[in-house]
Amino acid sequence: MEHTYTKYYYPYISPLDPCKPIIKKSYSTPPNLYLGFQPPNLPQYNTAKEALYKGTLWPALYDNYKKYSLRGDES
Amino acid sequence: MWYYEKKLQYPVKVRECNPRLAKYLIEQYGGADGELSAALRYLNQRYTIPGKVVGLLNDIGTEEFAHLEMIATMIYKLTKDATPEQLEQAGLAPHYVNHDSALFYHNSAGNPWTAEYIQAKGDPIADIYEDIAAEEKARATYQWIINVSDDPELNDSLKFLREREIVHSQRFREAAQILIEERDKKIFF
Repeated sequence: MEHTYTKYYYPYISPLDPCKPIIKKSYSTPPNLYLGFQPPNLPQYNTAKEALYKGTLWPALYDNYKKYSLRGDES
Repeated sequence: MWYYEKKLQYPVKVRECNPRLAKYLIEQYGGADGELSAALRYLNQRYTIPGKVVGLLNDIGTEEFAHLEMIATMIYKLTKDATPEQLEQAGLAPHYVNHDSALFYHNSAGNPWTAEYIQAKGDPIADIYEDIAAEEKARATYQWIINVSDDPELNDSLKFLREREIVHSQRFREAAQILIEERDKKIFF
């Protein structure tokens, strides 16, 4: 099963909240949480350059963290 | 808010007058992995974690205060009737000159408690994983205290506290699993 690396939750919102409430909040659940003990011979990036830029040899461990405005939080 | 029950969570009996043991127990009172750190860490993290695990942090944080009280009772009983000479022999002279036989939030080496012992990162995974680590470290600390204690009745209470760390760790691991699970997606089997 494919996993999502961003989860969302809906915090309690009080009728008396002074600021505009954030209705939907995101948090990260990166791929290492699902991998367990890393199996041998996972597919690797095609070039060393790509792996260096990503920070990992294996696409299975890569998590493309997006900045706040693109993470899908809703207020 | 809290309601207070005027009794300990588990009885504390101390058989031997052994102020030296108080010096070691203070680690669980005002030390990095002690009960004060635990209570304050969990109750503070409650506010910014998904609702499904807020109740767990609330309940465990509250229980940690009950443990803090048990540790305080042990230390108090071990030192309340000790003479300055006895305290000095137990290596507690530095504590005595600063606090008499009053309790204070410092570790067994005398370093005062600091908020730097605890963390609230705001990232639910990071915070819950810190909590799991904290429980395991507290469990280990209880083991090392039991190892240097000859008092069977005190050790009985310490074994109860060690067991609670195991249960808390289990609950935090379950909380991590709840946070990690795919709740937004339809799951096919």
